[in-house]
Amino acid sequence: MSKRGIVLYLHAHQPFRVRQYSVFDTAFNHDYFDEPEYDTERNNEQVFNKVANKSYRPMNALLEKLLTDHPEFKVSLSITGVFIEQAEKWAPDVIESFKRIINTGRVEIVAETYYHSLAFFYSRSEFERQVDAHRSKIRELFGVETNVFRNTELSYNDDMAKWAEGYGFKGILAEGWDPILQWRSPNYVYRPAGTEKISLLLKNYRLSDDVAFRFGDKNWPEWPLNADTYNEWVNTSLGDKSIVNLFMDYETFGEHQWDDTGIFEFYEAFVGKWLANSANTFYTVSGAVDAFEPVGEISMPNTVTWADNERDLTAWLGNSMQQEAMRYIYAMEDDVMMTGDLKLISDWRKLQTSDHAYYMCTKWFTDGDVHAYFSPYESPYDAFLYYMNVIRDMRWRLHNDHHIGGLNG
Amino acid sequence: MLGWELPPHNSGGLGVACYHMAKALAQHGAKIDFVIPYTAKHPDIDFMTVHSATGLTPLERYGLGTYDSSSVLNKTLTQADIKDLKDMRGVQKCYVKFVENLITTINPDVIHVHDWLTMEAGVRAKELIDVPLIVHVHATEFDRCGSESGNPLVHEIEYQGLMMADRIIAVSNITKNIIVSKYGIPADKIEVVHNAIDVTSFDDGYAYDMRTYRYLEALKDEGYTIISTITRFTIQKGLANFIRAAAKAISKYDKLAFLLAGDGEQRDELIKLAADLGISDKIFFTGFVRGKQWRDAYSVSDVFVMSSVSEPFGLTALEAAYHDNAIIVTKQSGVSEVLNSIFRYDFWDEDRLADQLIGIATSPVLKNTLQQNVKYEYNRISWHNVAETCLGIYNSMIQRAAV
Repeated sequence: MSKRGIVLYLHAHQPFRVRQYSVFDTAFNHDYFDEPEYDTERNNEQVFNKVANKSYRPMNALLEKLLTDHPEFKVSLSITGVFIEQAEKWAPDVIESFKRIINTGRVEIVAETYYHSLAFFYSRSEFERQVDAHRSKIRELFGVETNVFRNTELSYNDDMAKWAEGYGFKGILAEGWDPILQWRSPNYVYRPAGTEKISLLLKNYRLSDDVAFRFGDKNWPEWPLNADTYNEWVNTSLGDKSIVNLFMDYETFGEHQWDDTGIFEFYEAFVGKWLANSANTFYTVSGAVDAFEPVGEISMPNTVTWADNERDLTAWLGNSMQQEAMRYIYAMEDDVMMTGDLKLISDWRKLQTSDHAYYMCTKWFTDGDVHAYFSPYESPYDAFLYYMNVIRDMRWRLHNDHHIGGLNG
Repeated sequence: MLGWELPPHNSGGLGVACYHMAKALAQHGAKIDFVIPYTAKHPDIDFMTVHSATGLTPLERYGLGTYDSSSVLNKTLTQADIKDLKDMRGVQKCYVKFVENLITTINPDVIHVHDWLTMEAGVRAKELIDVPLIVHVHATEFDRCGSESGNPLVHEIEYQGLMMADRIIAVSNITKNIIVSKYGIPADKIEVVHNAIDVTSFDDGYAYDMRTYRYLEALKDEGYTIISTITRFTIQKGLANFIRAAAKAISKYDKLAFLLAGDGEQRDELIKLAADLGISDKIFFTGFVRGKQWRDAYSVSDVFVMSSVSEPFGLTALEAAYHDNAIIVTKQSGVSEVLNSIFRYDFWDEDRLADQLIGIATSPVLKNTLQQNVKYEYNRISWHNVAETCLGIYNSMIQRAAV
């Protein structure tokens, strides 16, 4: 009989933000990601250093401590390729600390697209190349294999599960969204509709978001949340079921919830309390898949994500600017790949990172709720114009440097 | 002469027109005292005396707006605080006071005012010294708002100024018709004097080097036609119709690219519209351009479109013609009255504009003919003609006053 467990999974990512790239840069400058001014939210180095100090360094230190103090503690991480590139450049010590915790053997790396892209929805060939690129990078850097898959923004549908099974993954992650689950609980392992071997782990969004979104919110009736209360909630939710899947952004710790909210102390205390009960443990995502047989089948024909109240992709692909931008970038695939120009291919892929589309989102902007909207640009329209100017410069490089493709307007 | 701005401290065409008109008048022997509402150096101006009515900097004056009359204007001059120079009405009151003092020392033969901004000062001056008042209308509140609405106070000021004027100069028949139909002014009180272009002002050593808009030049090499407009992004300019016409044209013939230079409150809406229509990569938004970027925008372009819903004149069409563009303007633009080798369309007629764009883009002969012939035309349109007409009006007014 397997122990009842928590599956803690943290997602670490930083995009290469596009600088204020104007019409007058197009066909001259190809340094899309190099914001000259240091002190802005568009400067990738500045942002990475800031978040490294607030989150990556202290949280890795805490994870290292928890792994030392508690032999039962385990955690799963997804670390995007574009995160690793930035860390290697600007914070190599962060890479070293990841290596140390991964070497304990109790930290699993989750597979995903190297570029944190939405390629699955546009190009299966490019999508697979990005999954492979991520696997290779993880293998080369950390010496471990990936066995469980998550897609960008935890987007998921039945087709993706079938793909992941065919690709050899034993598990896949998704949101445990009520309209899909209905009477069922997210606290079991399921089998995706139309598959035979792969297992599905569903995020317990209430307990996850209590920490990720609400922990430091002084208007939340439960504020301030302490480890005892939260431990009780997790216990109640779990009951005699198998697992509680706590999935969240890595940056929850220190960046979304600042140090002064007490998030680090809270989490350390909570892990201690949870493991004080010898019936309890932690699982990695693979560990959970190995320990529990699926209890039933779940079907999600339409794409579900972990974002917003709608749990869909509208924050990325909801308006015509976002759809245009993605249409243009993916339309270049064949031409870009044909060049064999590694810099061009790398730039093209960095432009696929979903954050670029997110910055063009207008759904909160029009509600007037601009505080819910995080962007380094003045407006979604500016984000779109800079991106379009870059698209044209990409076409310029194809045309001018490689004599491939028309410029197309 | 009472004006609101002069280059280089102008935010649009009003200052440019005043500058060239005054310069040509001076060359024809007129002695001009020109009043502006701010203090600044005008190094290029030695042909007249510039008087500053307030100590505001040009930048502070920009903040008041010139073209946007909708911003909180609701005070009569009596209510306005002369010390409040953050308020347009306070500045205007200050301007009136300054003019009251000035005219008693310089004793002008005529007072020539430009647009509503200085009409009150002109009316007050006429009351004090009883010399002919000439009201020059570059735009009415109806033009600025692109509709029947507009600021009631501004309408009132325009009405008073037009009523009190001894003679009205309108920059086009379109403007004249608005003055007659909206303000009930007798048509025979109004003279149409079209604006002109001073091509010598372009002789500043500028040579087009094909660099600034290198991507567009590359498109041209691929057979694309570049269509541009340089304007403020406001409702009056009819740009939404323009973009929809662009989409229609592209659906039939896709080697078209559109350069939209300028900025304004409609920008985000236009970006969104282009995306909705699926033509974002065909439309180039440059933001506000000046200097070389501004000249180069004309130079890179093959066709210039003035899509205004209501444009009293439209100097940019002449500037574009000078830079070898084929010209398409709405029938609601005054400049269409002085040019013949152009295409015209009604601002709402998107199909017609799309037709004209494709026609020019697919026929090099048509494009070249339009580009060449319009050059002969603007060469005939000179500020010296404007000055001669104005002097004629001044003299007839002075003679009539003497009778």
